[in-house]
Amino acid sequence: MKFTLSWLRDHLDTTATVDELAAVLNRIGLEVEGIHNPGIPLAPFRTARILSAEPHPNADRLRVCQVETGLGGAAPVQVVCGAPNARAGISVIFAPPGTHIPGSDITIKAGEIRGQKSDGMLCSLRELGLGLEHDGIAELPDNTTPGQSYAGFAGLDDPVIEIAVTPNRGDALAVRGIARDLAAAGLGHLRPWLAETVKGRYDSRITWENAFPEACPYVLGRTVRGVRNGPSPPWLQERLRAVGVRPISALVDVTNHFSIDLGRPLHVFDVDRCAGGVLTLRRGAGETLRALDGRDYVADPEDCVIADAAGVQSFAGLMGGEATGATADTTAVFIECALFDPIRVALSGRRHGIASEARQRFERGLDPALPAAALEAATRMIMELCGGEASEVVSAGGPPDWQREAGLRFDRVAGLGGLRVEPDEAVAALERLGFALKSSDGTHAVFAVPSWRNDVAQPVVLAPQPGRPVDPASLQNVAEVEAECDLVEEVLRLRGLDAVPAVPLAPLAPVPRPSLSPRQSRTATARRLMAARGMVECVGFSFTARTQALRFGAAPDSLRLLNPIAADLDQMRPTPLATLVEAAGRNAARGLPDLALFEVGAGFEEDGQRLIAAGLRTGRTPRHPGRPSQPVSLWDAKADAIAVLAAVGVPMEAVSVTADAPPHYHPGRSGTLRQGPKIVLGRFGAVHPGLLAELGQGGDAVAFELFLDQVPDPKRRRRTAPELWPLQPVRRDFAFLAGPEVSAEAVLRAARGADRALVVGVGLFDVYEGGALPDGVRSLGIEVVFQPRERTLTDAELEAACERVAAAVGKATGATLRG
Amino acid sequence: MADDLDTLRQDTLEALAAAADHRDWDAIRVGTLGKSGRLTALLKELGRAAPEQRRSRGAALNLLRDELGAAIEARGRALESAALEARLRAERVDVTLPPTPESLSILSGSLHPLTRTTWEMTAIFGAMGFGVADGPDIETDWHNFSALNTPAHHPARTDHDTFYLPSLAGEGPASRVLRTQTSGVQVRTMLSAPPPIRIIVPGRTYRADHDATHSPMFHQCEGLAIGPASGEGSITLGHLKGTVVEFLRAFFELPSLPIRFRASYFPFTEPSMEVDIGWSRRTGEIGAGGDWLEVLGSGMVHPRVLANCGLDPRRWQGFAFGMGIERLTMLKHGIPDLRAFYDGDLRWLRHYGHGALSPASLHEGF
Repeated sequence: MKFTLSWLRDHLDTTATVDELAAVLNRIGLEVEGIHNPGIPLAPFRTARILSAEPHPNADRLRVCQVETGLGGAAPVQVVCGAPNARAGISVIFAPPGTHIPGSDITIKAGEIRGQKSDGMLCSLRELGLGLEHDGIAELPDNTTPGQSYAGFAGLDDPVIEIAVTPNRGDALAVRGIARDLAAAGLGHLRPWLAETVKGRYDSRITWENAFPEACPYVLGRTVRGVRNGPSPPWLQERLRAVGVRPISALVDVTNHFSIDLGRPLHVFDVDRCAGGVLTLRRGAGETLRALDGRDYVADPEDCVIADAAGVQSFAGLMGGEATGATADTTAVFIECALFDPIRVALSGRRHGIASEARQRFERGLDPALPAAALEAATRMIMELCGGEASEVVSAGGPPDWQREAGLRFDRVAGLGGLRVEPDEAVAALERLGFALKSSDGTHAVFAVPSWRNDVAQPVVLAPQPGRPVDPASLQNVAEVEAECDLVEEVLRLRGLDAVPAVPLAPLAPVPRPSLSPRQSRTATARRLMAARGMVECVGFSFTARTQALRFGAAPDSLRLLNPIAADLDQMRPTPLATLVEAAGRNAARGLPDLALFEVGAGFEEDGQRLIAAGLRTGRTPRHPGRPSQPVSLWDAKADAIAVLAAVGVPMEAVSVTADAPPHYHPGRSGTLRQGPKIVLGRFGAVHPGLLAELGQGGDAVAFELFLDQVPDPKRRRRTAPELWPLQPVRRDFAFLAGPEVSAEAVLRAARGADRALVVGVGLFDVYEGGALPDGVRSLGIEVVFQPRERTLTDAELEAACERVAAAVGKATGATLRG
Repeated sequence: MADDLDTLRQDTLEALAAAADHRDWDAIRVGTLGKSGRLTALLKELGRAAPEQRRSRGAALNLLRDELGAAIEARGRALESAALEARLRAERVDVTLPPTPESLSILSGSLHPLTRTTWEMTAIFGAMGFGVADGPDIETDWHNFSALNTPAHHPARTDHDTFYLPSLAGEGPASRVLRTQTSGVQVRTMLSAPPPIRIIVPGRTYRADHDATHSPMFHQCEGLAIGPASGEGSITLGHLKGTVVEFLRAFFELPSLPIRFRASYFPFTEPSMEVDIGWSRRTGEIGAGGDWLEVLGSGMVHPRVLANCGLDPRRWQGFAFGMGIERLTMLKHGIPDLRAFYDGDLRWLRHYGHGALSPASLHEGF
């Protein structure tokens, strides 16, 4: 919402400066977005008069002028000027040396032009950046006093203030509404405004018929005949232009003026272009309307339209139609002044993508008490500017019942707002805003809400959780609390929130409870661990291309965005790995193929999202003295995965690995990490080479994905005392020959379980294949640690224990001791 | 007889001088003072000497034993230290050579600047008694909008702002959205447990907007504190201001950061306010210069929101606030471009990244 200082002063009697106004506007919730003073770049330009203009002795087209500038005493200034219209006696615009000329972006200097002194410049409006004409220097009215500020003389020093109006404050989309708030905040007095009635001389040539009263409770109108349309007067054009509205013609400009001045949108129909003498408010029925913006819109049954005998001529509250709009030839107009349902206007506006000034105001709600007075004011202004004669007012529906009350317990200003305000002060503040005190007992007061504040003590609509009913009693309670909140807000707003003392929250407990849950803490640990292992954390979008989602899992329709911003960002990612691989591709394209990246974020599946720590290593390891660079290996990914699981507290003895993983991994070089038979902790492996080839990403890549939500919370359990045996453990090495289907883990597990009392540790130290061994057969070297308890083991006992290990491994896996 | 002692002395000392290593030396020691060493043999023979010779020869032998013992010991020490010196010389390496890259992995890894900011926020609010709550990115329309007093015709719900997902069976149209704010978690928290509530909700949020200053995905941190509407422990706008002021000053590490409060409007709070901090538009410096920069929106939780979430607004009240994590990160660290946060450019991530084990905030504790 833009307005000029002079426009504001039409409604506000104030001596405040622009800066003071801006400070108060910000304080009371009308945020200043910008202040533009067109007078500032024009400040050096002065009015002047050419006393004499003689031909330049050395140049045919130049004249040497003596100019009365009103500056520096009475001595005239000599200026050399090339304009054909420079002549004695005319009033002109003078720029002294040192002036920056905005239209040509030069700074003029005193000097000589072809041997003649020239101490300034006479300017065209184009040189001031104010217009396009360049026939010569600007000629001001003959009686203009020299030496005035040109900006002041031309009314161009009127600052334009732009404020952001929040959706609740429809009343502030009016200069008068802003003035009212500023006056209430103590920055002057609101000037009285009263629309004088224009007596109707005849019956309106157009009448209303309302077939859609729920969309339009009240509509007024009247004909003004015998008007002469044309450009509106300069003051009105300048005012509209200053606030960003293009002047069109007097009739249209009047409607725009009231939209901004009173926040009251109006529309004028050309009576002679409306068919049938009746305008009907009704639902749309698929008709096409060419609107005033030149575009065609198809009326929906949910739209409220205004139609004549020929069809739809206007979209209620949004925009009028081209066919019935006022033109230069219009001699009779019908002024429309209506109240439309705000929600319907908002939805229609959204449906058609029309963001008009009218919609902005209607969807916030208009002052329901204003239509009649606004219509009178508009009639009067049309007759002043265009002549003509007004008809009687015609209407349909009636003024809605807008009266509401709001109660305030005075102690709630402190109880909710945190600021002690005396009851008298609170009442005075609300009265300045137009609230009328109905009753007060010193602790509690009831106010009548002014008609223009539809945001205060609104009817309450609750939205309980689907399936839960609204309790009518609670509706009443909420309405009372809300109305009181509204009033507290008004009192605080006028005082300024900076006045509220900042108070620390009292602690709920001397030691605050932990701010993180175990799961959140684990996530932080996982991040730190991965970074400590040399991986760089990324944050990728949660959506990716559907094709990419399919590569890394699934792309169900239920997780496809209905309105993506780009076709390649339309599917929720099944895993952060999908976007990490994309990031790796971008880095490789920049010449950085050797990467270690990770992300902790959501992966999305049909039945919900899960928190995944994903890591990706690509390319080769760094070169190092004595050791050549090597491709990243799945062991790197497995090490990362196990390290993260260990760091977040997964008991490693409970973790097992199975040789299966989803298809985005290499089928022979990937595994799943499990805890017990049910919990899948994650997976790791080489990224499928076919997938990389498809993405055009060469080289090796290994990855892991860990499901952090699956990590069980640590059990709160007291540890039993450790068994610290005094006797030294005995170590024995075994070599087992195992077939290709036997995993090392199975051998180790069997050895570990061979003698629970004696075996305290097992470890793999060698894997050998080839040589003399048959194809596919591996020799697995394992060490078993026996812990004697009460006394040293005899050779026979140790021998028996070793045999139990060999038998257990043989039974579980079929592996045999290597001879 | 004294001659043989002289010879022994001479031989032994010469041999010691010639000993090149510990083995030579040990042979001399054993050959002299050992069980069958030459000096030991002479001492054994002493018993058989004539009594008149025994005294003088005994004294001479003892002297010689002491002398040679000391010489052997001294030579042993000298050889030992020479050997050590030789070893040290031999073991010399170029210590400017690098350790293996894996052992220095901490140097190459880093945390995302958004992680750091989130942890800083968690630490500061944690010190004020706020816990971290989280929830799903895909929300129902009710959790994201309706419960928060943002009805269907509200501008925030236009297609332009919100990402929609297909509705599931049994749901109305446009009922699944990517959350535009993390407020749905506030709703869930209020529904799930009785007050007092003090939570912050950092997380991913989504708006259908993409240009230099808008990203379709970004991060917000919202906060919620609910307590009684009156009496002991009640929460007022003054507490909201206190909380926000303490947070901003701790976060920017500026104890006298200028902070301004402006009345504003949000559908889910009343009264509402926007919070500005002082900064210099010219230099970008926070806390200096005469300009104001909006960093946070806040207010007292709207009575309708409380009622929608099952709390009686006559009994309970509190405040809520929300801020952009990217925005605060950009301001604090002078990061110019929003889009770079999500690109994964290694060079950018290393430049703005945070050390793996560095505390994000000293409020964080261990």
